[in-house]
Amino acid sequence: MSAAIPDGRPVAADGPIKVWMIQAFLIFNSILMLYPIVIVVLSGFKSTAEIYSTPFSLPASFEPKNLVTIWEQTRFPRYLLNSLIVTVSSVTTILVVGTLAAYALARYRFRGNELIYLFFLSGLMVPLKLAIIPLFIQLTSLGLIDTQLGLILVYTAMGLPSAIFILTGFLRTLPFELEESARIDGASEGRIMWSIMLPLARPAMVIAGIHNAVPIWNDFFFPLVMVQTDRLKTLPQGLTIFMGEYNTEWGVLFAGLTLAALPITIVYMALSRQFISGLTHGAVK
Amino acid sequence: MAGVDIRGVRKAYGNVAVIHGVDVHIEDGEFVVLVGPSGCGKSTLLRMIAGLEEIADGTIAIGDTVVNHLPPKARDVAMVFQNYALYPHMTVFDNMAFSLMLKGASKSEMQERVNRAAEILNLQPYLLRYPRQLSGGQRQRVAMGRAIVRNPKVFLFDEPLSNLDAKLRVQMRTEIKALHQRLRVTTVYVTHDQIEAMTMADRIVVMHDGRVEQVGTPLELYDRPANTFVAGFIGSPAMNFLDAKMHRNGAGPVAILPGGQHLPLTTGASAGEGAPIRIGIRPEHFDLAPADVGVPAEVQVVEPTGAETFVQVDIAGISATAVFIERHAFTPGERIALVPKPGAVHVFDPASGARL
Repeated sequence: MSAAIPDGRPVAADGPIKVWMIQAFLIFNSILMLYPIVIVVLSGFKSTAEIYSTPFSLPASFEPKNLVTIWEQTRFPRYLLNSLIVTVSSVTTILVVGTLAAYALARYRFRGNELIYLFFLSGLMVPLKLAIIPLFIQLTSLGLIDTQLGLILVYTAMGLPSAIFILTGFLRTLPFELEESARIDGASEGRIMWSIMLPLARPAMVIAGIHNAVPIWNDFFFPLVMVQTDRLKTLPQGLTIFMGEYNTEWGVLFAGLTLAALPITIVYMALSRQFISGLTHGAVK
Repeated sequence: MAGVDIRGVRKAYGNVAVIHGVDVHIEDGEFVVLVGPSGCGKSTLLRMIAGLEEIADGTIAIGDTVVNHLPPKARDVAMVFQNYALYPHMTVFDNMAFSLMLKGASKSEMQERVNRAAEILNLQPYLLRYPRQLSGGQRQRVAMGRAIVRNPKVFLFDEPLSNLDAKLRVQMRTEIKALHQRLRVTTVYVTHDQIEAMTMADRIVVMHDGRVEQVGTPLELYDRPANTFVAGFIGSPAMNFLDAKMHRNGAGPVAILPGGQHLPLTTGASAGEGAPIRIGIRPEHFDLAPADVGVPAEVQVVEPTGAETFVQVDIAGISATAVFIERHAFTPGERIALVPKPGAVHVFDPASGARL
């Protein structure tokens, strides 16, 4: 029975039955997680009628009719580009500003350090969506409504607290001797940060990045409120034209959903190893 | 190269003073060990020399330059940390070349100097590896290599061997000493291990509670400890202390033990007749004696190490240690008599602890 356990993993005191139960639970859990995604992908190949008649079966054909519809009836490449612009700009700004702030908070002692840190953290407790009306008024007076810059600024403000929280916590764990050693070696403060500390903080930056990229990419609320011009719409927002008041083209919508989720899924998979090593850093030294 | 001059240096964290005015002069090319129990301020003093701690009062000079307000990089010192502090994301070569790169050295110069240091430390096969792929001893050598490459005026070591296992520690101890004999760079070495201090140092600075207790060569400290703290700290097993009274007879000063035995003294002349004194005898300076001459002692534990035998004894209710090279067949509970070797009794003032 123990042959089912992957090689090299210590089983220790756990008997094979316990290991099997854990495995079974994990498999059950992944089915639970993956099943809706599979349904979404499969439904993307069905017609709306087919979805109503046989919602759980395999599609009759795998012809990409729905994808063609999306391509012909929406400005899909434009939406994709907009989503990319908004997500990449926001995440980049969050990481640059967040890392600088977190570095100062984590590695230097100065008056008000704790207070500034708490100020950033308080942002975690404010649901920005509740402040949508004052936010809307403010952005209107700044002329940022119906612009991508407006979206990027809102996302940056929204993402900074968690990024600073993650990065400060991580940077504090890096040994001070490394910094002192570099200082004796003749490195300037900037050089210490750039050449020594930031390369070591990469796992935390990946976490902060993904943690923000996924919700920003998928966000529907802020574009809905702030962007009216079709040319500026993001992917989730743009695809809603298939969701009509009287009828909804479910097949097309599912196909669009699959397409929209694809890029961020790929990014996540590419970085997942770093993501996990970042999450478990400190737990396993 | 240059000496290090420490004058009246003080340091406090908030209201807690940790260094109470330290004066030490370190000669050019000398290997000085700062030793003391944890919390005695030895690491703080080292970090002040490195420029990692501010100096509250007094001056530290390297060569002729007072460095109090110079940043670490301007002091031309290299430091080896207890946990090595190797840059984990850089190869051994890059770790060693980092300081040269910051100085803007050319590629060929970096190659040459790193290779020379690697040769001294037998690190050539590992230059392209990362620190995590090295053993503890190799990491230690890389940390030293990083220091050597810089060709600094002063080497600073902060408990560099504490993370190594016992066997490797002895080996690296020899390597560091050999390295110093080869390079002759002024070295300040911090440790809590008195054996390390004794074996490596040209001179030892014994520190306790932020003060210097004594400065001297290893054998000076061993032979003439300035006070009971140094006497008890230097030497292993530690010196035995017994309280006694001073007495002078025709033959010279003697110590009268609580049991009434007389021990002839060669030092301690400044203590007055009848004054209480504390005598110190090193375990290795005890000899067996006939029962009518020696101090009676009861054997409690016998610990053979092979080369010598440690014997824990009870002398008039005080626990003491004697070390014999001869293999006496003692049994616990046996009554024996001990006598110190001539001239091997140290005399201290019981109140101040100072040598008399």
